[in-house]
Amino acid sequence: MIRPAALLSLLALLVLVAAVTAATPRLVNDYAVRVLIVMCINAVLVASMGVGNGFTGVFSLGHVGFVAVGAYASGILSLPLAAKHAYLSDLPHWLGSFSLPFLPATIVAGLVCTALAFVVGAPLMRLSGYFVSVATLGFLIIVNVILINAVDYTRGARTFTSVPRETTLPWAVGWLAVTLLVLSRIVYSPYGRRYRAVREDTIAAQAIGISVLPTRLSAFMVGAFFAGVGGSLYGHYLGSFSPASFYMAYTFSLISMLVIGGMQSLTGAVVGVIVVTLASEVLRNLERGIDFGAFSVPPLYGASQIVLGIIFILAMIFRPSGIMGDRELTPGLLYSRKRRPPEEYLQ
Amino acid sequence: MPEAAVAPIADASGVLRVRDLVVSYGAVAALRGVSLHVGRGEVVALLGANGAGKSTMLRTISGLMLPKSGEIRFLGQRIDGIPPARIVRLGLAHSPEGRRLFGSLTVAENLRLGASTRSDRSGIEADRERLYALFPVLKERARQQAATLSGGEQQMVALARALVARPKLLLLDEPSLGIAPIIMQQIFASLAELKSSGVTMLLVEQNMSMALDIADRAYVLRTGEVSLEGDARELKTNYEEVAAAYLGARR
Amino acid sequence: MNMGLYIAQQVINAVSLGSLYALVAIGLSMVFGILRMTNFAHGDMMMVGAFAALVLGAAGLPFWLAALGGIVIAAIAGIVVERVAYRPVRGSPDVTLLLTSLGVTYILENLGILIFTSSPRNFPIPDLMNSSIQFMDGQITFTAINVVTVVLTAVSLAALGWFVTRTDAGLGTRATAEDLGAARLVGLDVNRLIVTAFAIASAFAGLAGVLWAAQAGIVEPDMGFTPLLKAFVAAIIGGFGSIAGALVGGYVLGALEVLIVAFLPSEVSPYRDAIVFAFLITFLLFRPNGLLNRTQEVKL
Repeated sequence: MIRPAALLSLLALLVLVAAVTAATPRLVNDYAVRVLIVMCINAVLVASMGVGNGFTGVFSLGHVGFVAVGAYASGILSLPLAAKHAYLSDLPHWLGSFSLPFLPATIVAGLVCTALAFVVGAPLMRLSGYFVSVATLGFLIIVNVILINAVDYTRGARTFTSVPRETTLPWAVGWLAVTLLVLSRIVYSPYGRRYRAVREDTIAAQAIGISVLPTRLSAFMVGAFFAGVGGSLYGHYLGSFSPASFYMAYTFSLISMLVIGGMQSLTGAVVGVIVVTLASEVLRNLERGIDFGAFSVPPLYGASQIVLGIIFILAMIFRPSGIMGDRELTPGLLYSRKRRPPEEYLQ
Repeated sequence: MPEAAVAPIADASGVLRVRDLVVSYGAVAALRGVSLHVGRGEVVALLGANGAGKSTMLRTISGLMLPKSGEIRFLGQRIDGIPPARIVRLGLAHSPEGRRLFGSLTVAENLRLGASTRSDRSGIEADRERLYALFPVLKERARQQAATLSGGEQQMVALARALVARPKLLLLDEPSLGIAPIIMQQIFASLAELKSSGVTMLLVEQNMSMALDIADRAYVLRTGEVSLEGDARELKTNYEEVAAAYLGARR
Repeated sequence: MNMGLYIAQQVINAVSLGSLYALVAIGLSMVFGILRMTNFAHGDMMMVGAFAALVLGAAGLPFWLAALGGIVIAAIAGIVVERVAYRPVRGSPDVTLLLTSLGVTYILENLGILIFTSSPRNFPIPDLMNSSIQFMDGQITFTAINVVTVVLTAVSLAALGWFVTRTDAGLGTRATAEDLGAARLVGLDVNRLIVTAFAIASAFAGLAGVLWAAQAGIVEPDMGFTPLLKAFVAAIIGGFGSIAGALVGGYVLGALEVLIVAFLPSEVSPYRDAIVFAFLITFLLFRPNGLLNRTQEVKL
């Protein structure tokens, strides 16, 4: 049995990293800091994606749709008034008249996504398997189309700029810690055990009175909240973005982190982000070509993605449960939770 | 009738020999060291209560399940661990529990599929005609979708589909399941005819008396082990002994 | 403008578009029917077919031969993908299969970008194909490509129908799609049948890719993405897993798209794809088994 406090070791590590980098900005160079920020944001997104997907067994492909909504919603809210008048002059008056600070904008973005998840999820979460995946992919596309066309709000396909670049490393690490804390308390609580019961054996779960739809829906909504938060963090890190930033490429990137790290583990989300990010960095450097003395490999731009794709497929073939499987990083040992029949989850 | 005719078997142990077969579903042991054999032309019945391991036995023989240990020899050749399609091509046919017809395909198409391992057109045609003669209702319904047939008719299709492969050994899993007794008698009468034309069969059946009527020998399985074996006629008269073997009553 | 002629023109557009969707959707349904997997990489077979035809055409082959080559190469690509990526994970949970296909499409598209760069390229077709045929003073026009599309689709469908109902392999494919275990039990070489299904499905997608490129005039590495999603919609509408359903769904979708663009106010047109997917989602809620209602689906 995992106690909710089990992830504290991981959180402690994160807090340490944040403290160190905040206190000694020259210890790590700027580039590394940027990479770390993005890793924290991605970890928030992957962990929240995992709650919906790995933990309850439906695979939503629409997570990045919520990320996009989060980024744009928070961006619109926090855009400085001058920029609003300059670039988004057609915004409805009430939106155009104020500008929120970073934290409220992020939270509001999260709540907007939660509400949206309710609306979208209520009908969709009753579908089975691949239907959910296709339908949520449809959701991603719908979001993309709307963002491109709602020019008054989003500047359409053009870049949405001037978002204040407020996401510093302490913010990113802090939100990651909050995300992991909240998610771990939910997932490893008695209520959270329903998630896993529903994933393991839907019919058996129903037979003992776990109602599948509300369970899946609540997981979906929780995941969406943090997707919105992550979207806000990402938007305020980039400062400018467009609908294309939140589409298929990003989706696959997050999915590969989720899968490689382990779909059923919150630690896995972090591990997956670290592994894939590092691998991408290494591969990207190799893209510029290598010289072995007289023999040289020419630059192959785009090859790094192909290699990542191949690694992904190998993971699917040989270790679909990812690096962490369903284990978490606990104080002391790593141990695995055995698969239990749904009756055990209703204690 | 499709004959079980083969070249004389060099290995005198018969058509099928199973030794100390152990099969598990995960941690649960379904068969704990079962041995049996079937000789050429014999009908051997495999009896036992639900969950005793009878269906598991057949599914392991036909390759749908992998045994943990033990040996299965078909016509002298080891077949444990070989993929089902290859086992079928060696001459073994399995009419599975629940029949598993191709419901959306017609009766004729199901039969055609049964002959997938054969390539002699005229031989297949001849066998098909003989099967239609044995089960005339199938000829009537040849163009009907298999799923629209009654339970008894579906069982006949399943039988015919297995037989059109001209198997050297026929595994029959619970043919009486869900079928009215009157139809069952018809079917068993056909099985008797098949037997007299030399088809070798391993028959799993819940309906003990019908099975013992047609079988030469029988084994009784209880919780994964053979608890009784013997000549079918003897077992039929020693009803109490068989019941005890089913249920494990201690004497 | 005469309403009747306008409608006639839209019908032509819908049939032409619907044929393409049907070609792609059929392959999707075939693979799902036989393997119970949603193959996200199916759209990339369009790209393979189109690019192969492009390269062959540039190498000097006449258009029709290059197109044929593209189709064959797409079929081969499908076989390779099945063998390398899908067979090792056969029997895994649905999620694994779905994710594997996502991985494959990611690799294929990036491979396309690596080889051909991501900018669109011209897809030259013979002038004869481009020639437009006009009726009624130009109020009804279509190009030879439209005609070729419809004709080739019809021919392919006829060939597929013959294969499925009259050949042993086709019968075996239908049996395997219905019950893979029982198919093994009657001795069918299930692996070979699966490969055959993939080859046919990918060939159809390759043909669709060539025709699509011919109609649009350009090719690019992600050209298969949107048609794939539309094909999903089409296949699901018709009943996922059913070839006949995919056929019907393809034309229904073609008609729907043309309807949206031709008859709704022009402010709505850019939202066409969103409307299509919203339609799909609504459809899934009330009729997840599709119009032709074949497979039994347990909701939840």
